[in-house]
Amino acid sequence: MQEAELQDILTSREDGEYIINIGPQHPSTHGVLRFVVSLKGEILEYLIPHCGYIHRGIEKMCERLTYQQIIHLTDRMDYLSAHMNNEVISLAVEKGMEIEVPERAKYIRTILAELQRLDSHQLWWSAFGMDLGGPTCFFYGLRDREKILDIFEESFGSRLLHSYICPGGLMNDIHPNFQTRTKEFMKYFRKKLPEYDDLLTGNVIFEQRTKGLGTLSKEEAISYGLTGPCGRGSGFSCDIRKHHPYSAYDKVEFKEILYDEGDTWARYKVRIDEMWESMNIIEQLIDNIPAGEHTARMKPVIKLPEGEYHQRVETARGELVAYIVSMGDKYPYRLHFRTPNFNNLFVINRLAAGYKIADLIAISGSLDLVIPDIDR
Amino acid sequence: MNPVAQYFSDIFHAVGSLWKGLRVTGYYFVHPRQIVTQKYPENRKHLEMFDRFKGELILVHDENNQHRCNGCGICQINCPNGSIEIITDSVTNEDGKPERIIDKHIYHLSMCTFCGLCVKNCPSTALAFSQQFEHAVYDRSKLTKVLNQPGSSIRKEPKTPKVHAEPMSKSNPDN
Amino acid sequence: MPFNIYDFSVTTKAVDEYFKAHMSPTWAFVMELLIVGLVFLIVYAIIGLYLVLAERKVCAIMQNRYGPNRVGKWGLVQTIADLIKLLMKELIPVRKSDKFLFNVAPYIVIIASFMAIAAIPFAKGLQGVDFNIGVFYMMAVSSIGVIGTLLAGWSSNSKYSLIGAMRSGAQVVSYELSVGLALLAVVIFSGSMQLSTIIESQANGWWIFKGHLPAIIAFVMFLIASTAEINRGPFDLAEAESELTAGFHTEYSGIKFAFFFLAEYMNMFIVASLAATVFLGGWMPLHIGSLESFNRIMDFVPPIFWFFGKTIFVIYLIMWFKWTFPRLRIDQLLTLEWKYLLPINLLNILLIAFLVLMGWYFK
Repeated sequence: MQEAELQDILTSREDGEYIINIGPQHPSTHGVLRFVVSLKGEILEYLIPHCGYIHRGIEKMCERLTYQQIIHLTDRMDYLSAHMNNEVISLAVEKGMEIEVPERAKYIRTILAELQRLDSHQLWWSAFGMDLGGPTCFFYGLRDREKILDIFEESFGSRLLHSYICPGGLMNDIHPNFQTRTKEFMKYFRKKLPEYDDLLTGNVIFEQRTKGLGTLSKEEAISYGLTGPCGRGSGFSCDIRKHHPYSAYDKVEFKEILYDEGDTWARYKVRIDEMWESMNIIEQLIDNIPAGEHTARMKPVIKLPEGEYHQRVETARGELVAYIVSMGDKYPYRLHFRTPNFNNLFVINRLAAGYKIADLIAISGSLDLVIPDIDR
Repeated sequence: MNPVAQYFSDIFHAVGSLWKGLRVTGYYFVHPRQIVTQKYPENRKHLEMFDRFKGELILVHDENNQHRCNGCGICQINCPNGSIEIITDSVTNEDGKPERIIDKHIYHLSMCTFCGLCVKNCPSTALAFSQQFEHAVYDRSKLTKVLNQPGSSIRKEPKTPKVHAEPMSKSNPDN
Repeated sequence: MPFNIYDFSVTTKAVDEYFKAHMSPTWAFVMELLIVGLVFLIVYAIIGLYLVLAERKVCAIMQNRYGPNRVGKWGLVQTIADLIKLLMKELIPVRKSDKFLFNVAPYIVIIASFMAIAAIPFAKGLQGVDFNIGVFYMMAVSSIGVIGTLLAGWSSNSKYSLIGAMRSGAQVVSYELSVGLALLAVVIFSGSMQLSTIIESQANGWWIFKGHLPAIIAFVMFLIASTAEINRGPFDLAEAESELTAGFHTEYSGIKFAFFFLAEYMNMFIVASLAATVFLGGWMPLHIGSLESFNRIMDFVPPIFWFFGKTIFVIYLIMWFKWTFPRLRIDQLLTLEWKYLLPINLLNILLIAFLVLMGWYFK
């Protein structure tokens, strides 16, 4: 269908309109994504995104892997929400096998998910600032992110792709220094986050470049299926942690951040405020991790009973759903992921049409896309 | 507010916000101690990775060149993408019965995704991750490694019942 | 007048007499031209090279990292290595481009900045030419650089270069108004356009202090407008790397690209030295009215150090702006000039004329 639309545009374009390709290799698209853009002078008329450059067949590969082996593949979908991706499969399997995960594992899973959300939003902020022309933001965000990566490296041995949360609980227990390091990081980051506001949020140049840009109303956000910070920036209350709590989210108090304006500025503010909320959640949990086992007793071979199972989690970018169809075997018959970035991407035509190219960069930065999540 | 006052208050607000941003970068300029980067190849001698860092898979050998791998093949079964190949051999042990020993434990570093399933599920805790991270080679065949060192043999452990496999061997006071 | 300042016109006269004594007047003239040209070429090249390195180091420290530090101690040889690399690159000609204009464009920008350097007073008597319309000459000559930019964009035969060049042309032409008006402020105060007279009128204090509030406003306006003139800092949309159109110099490679790059940094130096001369006193040390003892202490530092110190301070300010702020979009750029900078400048000029008439400033 997209090819037909493209042909339509190519044959019916008027004088002065030309088609260019913002190709798969581009510093601002954060991954391999191709935009075919129809420009008139400097104004965008129509924008078609082409995804699929990093399709690796994850869902098909999972059809001949056991459930413990699927964990390492889910890491590589949205690599900035690795823990949440691992969690979605683990929770689905635990639901199917009716296993009770120990309290300690639930608390640690929640803390790791919030740390991962902080780390993802820091990287988003760095890249957004750099795209808008202030390269200094890139270095400040990454410098603070290194501390979180050190916490992860000490406990699990890897910085980005952890494969740590597995069916039953956790792979290993956390390092004894985990709590001290996390508390130190909280103190450090609470002082640094206002710097982000000074540098970018309050800046008059930034405000003018983002306020009123790419507005999406609440009904349109629901109809496009936008979730996560993009949806909440338009007033759509869709936080899975509040509506369908899992792990230890029912034991903590936190606000769901909603803004009504629906423009780039609102989506930006949602993420900054979510960073503050994540810090609150971690501080409520970090001192109260119960002692106990870090994993439940599991058989070496997991066979899900016959049936269909699904589970939703809130990743840093929206709602991730895992849907497993099992025939009673040790391999899933069909495994499907509903990824948030897929829906977030396809609203870009509606948002960017009628603006200039510089605005396209700002809008796609505010949608916070991670391309491997779109293509799986 | 009337337009003229709005105009001037806009200007003051703008200049104030710009000054706040300048203060942040100006602070870092006059505090060069806040530099966080390291001079990498020159500081190799002092560089310490964390204990649990997943650098490369190794068979743990002690000072007598003995390891604990008995060739059961559980790591090969658990590996999701076939990075481990076990080749076993058969020898007669002191009771006169044929026994399986490990001939070659082949590890494809080019395919490993460092998921850790082999280390976690090894019943003899023979495998571990080392802290070596400089893997760049000019020749791809160097990435296929044989993990049991030449001339090594298995170290027989007395049979004790195992409760939990703890391959990281760090004492956890919370556990 | 400051105490014991070495007057370079003594040296230049001595050299002149020496040449006239040994050859005919025309040859003496030619020799002098050669010497001046050589000196300026060397100064231009060295300052340009080390400005690039200074920018990289300054931006690195602001971003919590080291900057170039491997090639030579503290990275001092880094730019020379980059220059050698650029010299050895292949000069890729563009198909169906206007060859003559394509080749001439980099030279025009360099010539424009060279002509401007000729009028800057480095120390007393150390000046290429001392026009009696010095300020006007500097403004006129730096406007020639725009032609180079527009030619580069046009002759590249690429629509992206053309968009970039047109944007840059619109930006430079608009901001020249503000630069001129800001400079006019000090011309009204000091009563002359000749650069050496402006400096000597600052013998009892720099204009930024003597002309209190309006002079400070004019200084800030000059900084903002001149950053936009040289296509730098938050106003560099024409050559933005993270956007689609990579600017008017996309199609250039090798030594021609090096010329554009060098000319940009030298324009920064020229603008900074103009600000230092007109607002901060040029080579004049810091004097406070008639405090003789203080003034004598200040006079011990040679004037050329004062000049370079002030220029480096203004260059640091320009770099500070660039690395802190995100980029402005082209319509925001033009709004800033026409709706904010220009009216404020005009009001400022009116205020200064009134103050000079009533004598309400520190003479």
